[in-house]
Amino acid sequence: MARAKPEPVQVVKQRRDAALKALAGGVPYIQYLNIGFDRRGDELTAVLPFDEKLIGNPFLPAIHGGVTAAFLEVTAMITLSWTWLWEDVESGVLDLDHLEAGQLPRLPKTIDFTADYLRTGLPRDAYARARVTRSGRRYASVHTQAWQDNRDKPFAQATAHFLMPRPEG
Amino acid sequence: MSADKTRIARQFIETIPHSRALGMTITEIGDGVAVIEMPYDARFIGDPESRVIHGGAVSTLIDTCSGAAVMSHPKSPAGTATINLRIDYMRGATPGQTITARATCYHITRSVAFVRATAHDDDAGLPVASAAGTFTVEGG
Repeated sequence: MARAKPEPVQVVKQRRDAALKALAGGVPYIQYLNIGFDRRGDELTAVLPFDEKLIGNPFLPAIHGGVTAAFLEVTAMITLSWTWLWEDVESGVLDLDHLEAGQLPRLPKTIDFTADYLRTGLPRDAYARARVTRSGRRYASVHTQAWQDNRDKPFAQATAHFLMPRPEG
Repeated sequence: MSADKTRIARQFIETIPHSRALGMTITEIGDGVAVIEMPYDARFIGDPESRVIHGGAVSTLIDTCSGAAVMSHPKSPAGTATINLRIDYMRGATPGQTITARATCYHITRSVAFVRATAHDDDAGLPVASAAGTFTVEGG
């Protein structure tokens, strides 16, 4: 049997980028913190550009611990949703026109969230990546690390559990 | 706790740029207990469909309130930083309602402060989140 011809690269990229944009771009709080996502294939890196409004201790100065927690939680939730939706994005089951019109798939709900603060969050850009350790039908466990200048020196990490959205229909 | 220390803790919390950005106000502080309110704001929505506030904004409120509780403890010399914070989300906060966090620093050593906190909306009997955290004790 002849193998199907691979899709043109720009078609693949457009579809994936549109899905990611719809997923992260539709949440006001993610926009408020100005968190963006770099995508390489299916791997996501969250980026939190520094801003004065993110300061928690003006004397150090340092990023607010709450902002760090929020950044880790956003990274975990978007990465989990992205992993969960990936097959549907690839197969075309997920309608991109609907996504772009703001009809988002339901997001997972955070059950609990545990953040470890390892170093001071410096007044500069921060990055984070999440790994879905376990994704079941109802529950998922996600581990996230955030760093600034050195990937090997994380300034915070978190473990979170999520309740997965119920399948539609 | 001295009135002076309450004033210093209150002033410090009120100068935090990010806490101000989220519209937080201290309604009670002293002797290791702090209560902070955060009004509903459409910019902090986490789920566009239900219009429920993002868990991250609730985390920030609880973290700020817990830090304030540590600073207001009679045995706390000065500043503090979060070591670990665990938050359980019991339900989404009702859209349109102010979220109130209440934190208690129930134990403090020379190095570590232990805190418990809850957050609720207009229904104070049914918290939206519950938290436990450990904080550094600075300047001792």
